[in-house]
Amino acid sequence: MSAFRLPGRGRIDVARPVAFRFDGKAMTGAAGDTLASALLANGVHLVGRSFKYHRPRGLLGAGVEEPNALMGVDRGPGRHTANVRATTIELHDDLTVETQNRWPSLGFDLGAATNLLSPLFPAGFYNKTFMWPRSAWETLYEPAIRRMAGLGKAPHAIDPDRYTARHDFVDLLIVGAGRAGIEAALAASASGERVMLIDEQPELGGKLLANPARWDWLAGALTRLDDAGVVCLSRTTAIGLYHDGFVGAVERLTDHLPPATATGPRERLHRIRAARIVLATGAIERPLVFADNDRPGVMLASAARTYLHRYGVAVGKRVALMVTHDSGYQVAFDLAEAGIGIAAIVDSRPDLDPSLKARASDLGLELIPHAVVIGTHGAKAVTGITLAPLGSRQVRKIACDALLMAGGWTPTVHLWSHGKGKLGWDEALGAFVPEGEMDRVTCTGACAGAIDPGHGVHAEALWSPRDPASFKAFVDLQNDVTARDIRLAVREGFRSIEHIKRYTTNGMATDQGKTSNLNGLQVAAGALGNTAPQVGLTTFRPPYTPTTFGALAGSAKDALFQPTRKTVIDSWAHAQGAVFENVAQWRRARYFPRASEDMDAAVARECRAVRTGVGMFDASTLGKIEVVGPDAAEFLNRMYTNPWKALAPGRCRYGLLLGEDGFIRDDGVAARLADDRFHVTTTTGGAARVLGMMEDYLQTEWPDLDVWLTSTTEQYAVIALQGPRARDVIAPHVEGVDLSPEALPHMAYAEGRICGVPMRLFRVSFTGELGFEVNVPAGHGLAVWEALWAEGQRHGITAYGTETMHVLRAEKGYIIVGQDSDGTLTPDDAGIGWAVGKKKLDFVGRRSLARPDMLLPDRKQLVGLLTDDPHYVLEEGAQIVDVPNAPVPVPMIGHVTSSYHSPTLGRSIALAVVAGGRARIGETLFVPMADKTHRVTVSEPLFYDREGARLDG
Amino acid sequence: MLLIHCPYCDEPRPEIEFGYAGEAHIARPINPDDLSDAEWETYLFVRTNARGRHFERWRHVHGCGRFFNAVRDTVTDTFERTYKAGVARPGEADSWTGDTGGIV
Ligand SMILES: [Zn+2]
Repeated sequence: MSAFRLPGRGRIDVARPVAFRFDGKAMTGAAGDTLASALLANGVHLVGRSFKYHRPRGLLGAGVEEPNALMGVDRGPGRHTANVRATTIELHDDLTVETQNRWPSLGFDLGAATNLLSPLFPAGFYNKTFMWPRSAWETLYEPAIRRMAGLGKAPHAIDPDRYTARHDFVDLLIVGAGRAGIEAALAASASGERVMLIDEQPELGGKLLANPARWDWLAGALTRLDDAGVVCLSRTTAIGLYHDGFVGAVERLTDHLPPATATGPRERLHRIRAARIVLATGAIERPLVFADNDRPGVMLASAARTYLHRYGVAVGKRVALMVTHDSGYQVAFDLAEAGIGIAAIVDSRPDLDPSLKARASDLGLELIPHAVVIGTHGAKAVTGITLAPLGSRQVRKIACDALLMAGGWTPTVHLWSHGKGKLGWDEALGAFVPEGEMDRVTCTGACAGAIDPGHGVHAEALWSPRDPASFKAFVDLQNDVTARDIRLAVREGFRSIEHIKRYTTNGMATDQGKTSNLNGLQVAAGALGNTAPQVGLTTFRPPYTPTTFGALAGSAKDALFQPTRKTVIDSWAHAQGAVFENVAQWRRARYFPRASEDMDAAVARECRAVRTGVGMFDASTLGKIEVVGPDAAEFLNRMYTNPWKALAPGRCRYGLLLGEDGFIRDDGVAARLADDRFHVTTTTGGAARVLGMMEDYLQTEWPDLDVWLTSTTEQYAVIALQGPRARDVIAPHVEGVDLSPEALPHMAYAEGRICGVPMRLFRVSFTGELGFEVNVPAGHGLAVWEALWAEGQRHGITAYGTETMHVLRAEKGYIIVGQDSDGTLTPDDAGIGWAVGKKKLDFVGRRSLARPDMLLPDRKQLVGLLTDDPHYVLEEGAQIVDVPNAPVPVPMIGHVTSSYHSPTLGRSIALAVVAGGRARIGETLFVPMADKTHRVTVSEPLFYDREGARLDG
Repeated sequence: MLLIHCPYCDEPRPEIEFGYAGEAHIARPINPDDLSDAEWETYLFVRTNARGRHFERWRHVHGCGRFFNAVRDTVTDTFERTYKAGVARPGEADSWTGDTGGIV
């Protein structure tokens, strides 16, 4: 047994040794240890280097409040977790941990030189030091800061673990299973309600676990809760409290197990909806602020008590205490009774409780009232302290190997604050406590300010006779913020505690200031000449403790991140070797390469096939909305720019949808099936949005219209046949429709049968060629596709994908909403002013088209661009300028929206929006790129078949 | 996560079933052409940005699909009440006795 393990004490099982590795060194602890207690049992105090100054640091606490002992835990490839507090790591066989923020080793750290340079690192040093020149940021400062500062390293490999989630619905949720939480659960357990009790620790009991006198009661209470059917979850942290009784909690399922034996999900996110919530989250002891209060071996008094009683570990052999609060005495008494030497109890208060004095005297402890610690000594661990009577320079040194701080208690009000609960200042506690009421939520125990025992005094920092510039008194240990930093921030003009926090970074580390917020506030209040409640507290936000992304993501990753929508023809395309792309949530065939073709070769072949023969395209992803009812035409007339009332059944029309602001939102072809029925199509990505917009107007602006809207996107498979021979492919299979140009001209619609199944047939074209869009019930889509594919073989039919579709429509200057338009384009800007019904008195967006800004001549307008170099394909998004080599900043007059090599024209083409573009047709403009500036000629946005004769084939 | 009472389904449902739809009680003008440019601009763009009680629209997107109105406090982010579209704007919390469609 190690020198610091106390036989017969603690809740650990010393008969079950546990082997672990700490910075590569093999060590042994006991079952039930945390990494922290096992390290202390091995006499290890040095557990990390500080963030900014690389100062040696030891354990401050014994729980989630720990700011110093952050570890990287390695559980195999992809299973590296950074910044885990040693106090929350349950010891298990094969545990492998590394300290962080040190180089080359924990004991010898070159970065500690920053401690000597610390005058260079005052409050706000990021803001001040690294301002100029800008280029040095990327080359010098940032890499240096990243190497020297910063905490753990993020893993690079993909996390192989699984995470799960569940919803819980309870009548009463109790957060925190210390005395107060357990008592609340016991009180409710007989009610028959669904009660859930959760606690972040591996064992329920909270601080009772550090009080052996209460262990029998604890065991009995937990048995009663179990018998009463109370759901008790350990290792479960309530990370956030939200509205209406909603709490998010993460249950750690496997991290406490040896990696080889861990099965199942790593963590489970509980989404708990509770009718009532009791917060019994306890309190965290406050450190004290004095010179060199960060030396390894300086820790919270309550932590020493926990190590003693729960883990049977002595934090030292000769322990000194600096107390400003009565609660420190019980720790001293417990340690003394356990045979641990007490060097002295230093108490800043002049008048002490007689009973405490008597007890100290009985135990033979030296008690030094009205005095403070003004410095600590030692290299990598504390070896002694210097103290002085308040107001005196008569210093005295005392040797010790640990210094415990009892600075009073801070109620853990984080969850209360998440719920926007009010806080009030408790002068006796020197802390904020929950105040007022919150729907569904109450606080109890120490969280509510019921702190027991005793009382104390609360100073911003301990008095010192020394020059404040000559030492560091830390407030935030994790972010290396000193009392001087905070005072400096106030001197520099910061007043708001929120600003002081951000400027000094006090309380902004991974521990979110659990041990530093109150002290930082007190120091700031002192410097501002204000009281703490006047200054106010910074806001607590979720999560209470650091949470893995895995727990939040749950199963929503990889293939399950979002659903992939596939058309009924997808399997055919896959079998044909199609290359796919994602369009909104749809997976669409982008091109169909043959043999060794690359995309350019495949697209060129597909384009030629459509222009000279026939191509076949899966257009099933087009959004479809059936608009039905006596007022259907009136409704569309109000929604779309186009006139619909005169459209005869059996005819189609291109529809353009604007927002009320006059900008293009969506477009598509709609067919009138009957007087009271339209089949409206939308863009693939806009389907849900358009339906929502239609519903909005129908429900709230025009509820008097008798119209029904139904999404039919997935009810139909849509097979587009495009090209001069398109008719030949469908003709043998169509019944009941006269396909002749006279009977079914461009923009006509007919119903009949194809391959024996019902068909809605659109004679439309998004390619500029003779075209049909065959709509059949989705269940028949693949069979019809395959029949037409077989038929088309005689005509050299070619399947084409979205890339070819894009090229073909660009050759014709047909816009794609969302690519060529960006929410700032009017119909006139896009060159489709013809789609606006001139005689219509109103439609969505019409009034905006008359706003003065919409009529300016230098609005960006859609044009074509032809590069001087016909082989160069402009980059989409590239900026366009008037004058090359103009002085910076060069005025940018537009950008490229679509750009392709056109196989039909044998050269590159582009669409662009250019300020006053239509008046610039024929002019030369410039597209500056990194390597060279490209000359382009502005053209009409129409590159092929200007007359549109091919549509009438 | 909020519970929102859908006045059409008449039951509280979790926030993720709903979509926010902007400020309430801004009716589209019957004859937009009658509005001056400044008036039309106000209709289009100027919103209350209330601190406190805010009248707003929500849609039960992943439920019944209906748009409805709500009074929500933007400071506390709590719903005072929800009510059906077309119901008049409620007054102060204690003086209004209209059809709430069920208070949250
Ligand atoms: Zn509903």
